[in-house]
Amino acid sequence: MLVSIYRYNPDTDEKPVMQDVEVELPEDKDLMVLDVLALVKQQDSSVVYRRSCREGVCGSDGMNINGTNGLACITPMSTAVKPGGKLVLRPLPGLPVIRDLVVDMSIFYKQYEKIKPYLINDTSPPAIERLQSPEDRAKLDGLYECILCACCSTNCPSFWWNPDKFIGPAGLLQAYRFLADTRDTADNERLSELDDPFSVFRCRGIMNCVAVCPKGLNPTRAIGHIRSMLIEHGT
Amino acid sequence: MVANVTNLGRSGLFDWVVQRFSAIILATYSLFMLAIFVMNPDMDFEKWSSIFDNNAMRLFSLITLLALCAHAWIGMWTISTDYMTSLQLGKNATFFRIMFQAGCVLLIAVYLLWGIQIFWGN
Repeated sequence: MLVSIYRYNPDTDEKPVMQDVEVELPEDKDLMVLDVLALVKQQDSSVVYRRSCREGVCGSDGMNINGTNGLACITPMSTAVKPGGKLVLRPLPGLPVIRDLVVDMSIFYKQYEKIKPYLINDTSPPAIERLQSPEDRAKLDGLYECILCACCSTNCPSFWWNPDKFIGPAGLLQAYRFLADTRDTADNERLSELDDPFSVFRCRGIMNCVAVCPKGLNPTRAIGHIRSMLIEHGT
Repeated sequence: MVANVTNLGRSGLFDWVVQRFSAIILATYSLFMLAIFVMNPDMDFEKWSSIFDNNAMRLFSLITLLALCAHAWIGMWTISTDYMTSLQLGKNATFFRIMFQAGCVLLIAVYLLWGIQIFWGN
């Protein structure tokens, strides 16, 4: 199996290059892309990538696999590569490359920080905990599962063009996670912060985020809910 | 909250709503005009002129013209802030963007004033 990897060290290289590496794959197993990367690293230890839990929970090995963003650890080779094809690995698009497949996610986290990703409740706390009905809790399903791998935001042209202004699908999914939470009392403040032409309204609804989310989440739907809340709030 | 001074209504929601309402007006006017052409296969200057002598038609046309101007400005402003940023154009991006936006404003103002003159002039 031929693996083509994006190689770039900003300190020493003038420009990035694609390096081809030939890897022997076991015939009886459908390896994950991350396993193949480990085989590549056995041959060339200078290849740099992030990884941690290797089971789609930590979100650290988000990368562009044969043109599609995804988590290397839960993307099987059988779905990533067509029979007879080669595996092409590039860093997540739109973010500055630190080295090889490792990108600088500072701006992504800055956008996440902007939406105040924590519960705000100005009422006095009860003795034990703030209770929530099962129905209200169910409203958070499909929102809280986000692992912030950045596959969605780095697949979004609006985020490529205005990463400093558009919050991006990952941040907006989390914004709605707190707007939808009945224990949160800061809806008005949260919505006021989002009502500018960039933060939410740069979303064109092209659903690139939905297409690549490794957790099967739907940021476009969440953004639609935020828009509806903004309309209720602002009209 | 991202600060802006050049978008139509200072608020993202306002622009979004105006863009959609103006789109409905533009679509309605287009269909209306299409119907007029279909119902008048032998359209000549006399007929065309009499259609626009009607005040309701002039008003509808003026509203459509205003909708077109608002729609165009929101669209062109969005395009300029998507494609004419420092990521694409470097440090002179702000200059080019403002020049482009000024050009759009001028063109839209000309269309608006010219349109009013055509519909309501002598």
